[in-house]
Amino acid sequence: MSAPCLTIVRPGLFATIQDLGRFGHQELGMPVAGALDPIALRLANALVGNPVGTAGVEIALLGPALKVEADGVRVAVVGPMALSLEREGESPQALEPHRSHTLARGDVLKLGAVSGAAVAYLAVAGGFALEPFLGSLSTYVRAGIGPLGGKPLGDGGRLPLNRNDAPPGTDVELPEPPDYGSGPVRVVLGPQEDRFTAAAVETFLSATYRVGKDADRMGLRLDGPTLAHTGSADIPSDGLVTGSIQVPGNGQPILLLNDHQTAGGYAKIATVISADLPRVGRLSPGGALSFRAVTVEEAEAIRRRQEQTIAAWVRAIRPVRPAGGVDLEALYAENLVSGVVDIVNGNGDILNREEMCGRAP
Amino acid sequence: MDVRFTTAGDTAFNVEFGEGIDRPTNARVMALHARLKTAAPPGLVETVPTFRSLQVVYDPAVTSRREVQAAVEAELAHAGDAPAEGSLWRLPVCYDAELGPDLAELSASLGLSAERLIDLHGSTEYFVYMLGFMPGFAYMGDLPAELEKPRRSEPRVRVPAGSVATAGRLTTVYPWESPGGWHLIGRCPVPLYDGARPSPVLLAAGDRVRFEAVDRARFDALSAEAAAGRFDPDTLRAAP
Repeated sequence: MSAPCLTIVRPGLFATIQDLGRFGHQELGMPVAGALDPIALRLANALVGNPVGTAGVEIALLGPALKVEADGVRVAVVGPMALSLEREGESPQALEPHRSHTLARGDVLKLGAVSGAAVAYLAVAGGFALEPFLGSLSTYVRAGIGPLGGKPLGDGGRLPLNRNDAPPGTDVELPEPPDYGSGPVRVVLGPQEDRFTAAAVETFLSATYRVGKDADRMGLRLDGPTLAHTGSADIPSDGLVTGSIQVPGNGQPILLLNDHQTAGGYAKIATVISADLPRVGRLSPGGALSFRAVTVEEAEAIRRRQEQTIAAWVRAIRPVRPAGGVDLEALYAENLVSGVVDIVNGNGDILNREEMCGRAP
Repeated sequence: MDVRFTTAGDTAFNVEFGEGIDRPTNARVMALHARLKTAAPPGLVETVPTFRSLQVVYDPAVTSRREVQAAVEAELAHAGDAPAEGSLWRLPVCYDAELGPDLAELSASLGLSAERLIDLHGSTEYFVYMLGFMPGFAYMGDLPAELEKPRRSEPRVRVPAGSVATAGRLTTVYPWESPGGWHLIGRCPVPLYDGARPSPVLLAAGDRVRFEAVDRARFDALSAEAAAGRFDPDTLRAAP
């Protein structure tokens, strides 16, 4: 019998294998790459029981169709996208994102359009049996680096699986889609805000920008008021990070994303904080955004709170409720909201939502 | 010796040693880079040397700017300005007019003969200040002052891999086919990026490079060897 895999029946428009990035080699000019929305990838992995950092499929625009060539596989999709299952002898069935599904040999998983965000993620239990390059399975298409020849999923290709069957246990779900928050994207000014006029910094922090049509994994060109430099826009090339906002001589900012080059010679007015990178990674052309400045210490505190939130989302993962059954979890949650003693728990404690999440299987 | 810290969000900061592109400034960058590689403070993800600054990347979920900067300052106190000696490479280059399509125009605009330009380019030992732009792209200096010319006003959409090029006081070899605005004066038959090698990038920041002119026949032979995977790039490393 051949090795377990998902056969690519239809490749979709731009699906790539990504993990949390290829760090440690930027001194070679090697871009970090990695998931544009690391929170969604982390949650998809959590839904199928994978460790943090396992690679998944990042789906942009329109997803692939994948046929199961294994005894079974558990999958999960996180992100705003349509998906369906075709099983021989049955009519096609719509599936939900934000939960796991256990698929059988011969099943075809059809991932449809991503709408409402730039990307969604597919994770498989056990991960893909692909060879890491420089310690990572992230794909950097521009230079053909990473698994599958550094290319997006192709017609007729195969995604080899580490497991031939689904892990024991039932399917699980997130109680609700993750809420990334809204409001201005938070930035720390610098590293070269002193290369801009005071008026330019003020404009940057008060204007609304729109993502232009030049938007890809490398970065987002932003349409909006131009930002004046005090002198030349050029600096001796220095390091870039995901979230760097560089402003070339034409005054139009470019927000760099995961496939950014490692160094660049344009002055950078600000850097998006790490907690807000998943939000900007989800932006599509036409999307609006504005910026608010915070300090590094505030950014770090926001990131720590976000990590707690993600941990709570992971703890809240629960078995999928059988259709028509009594929704005990919802009843418990109602009790908590009302501040009623949780008699079901039997110990007289009033549980808060966090503890409730912690008890969930 | 002023050192300036600049901020790149909550995942990185830069240690700036100056504003210019010069060897003493870059030597301090490389010295701190080497120290931090060894010290490896908790939560440090990596350091990225550039012309005049070292980018320090950290994981804010594990550590904080304050802690990492304290570790960097401790290393700065001990870091000198003498980084570990890099390798010296002898890279073949063919200055054939077909392979260096800007050679004639560049030499004319500089008021030099093509022979003089080739001679000047080939008689200098270059220093790899940094890598960036794309994997394996080495910014090498310092080009003789007579060869200084700003980038082309109209960048090419497609520069062939291996192109040897100049811009300002810098020279490089394009490791990939890519867009590019530098002046193309020749071609190197040895791949500077090879994903099949354990370390896919040939040159490292801090290395030195000498270009050695080869004729078209030798260029073609070396290109064929490299394409067949029969060329060992370590033979280009000069004995210390």
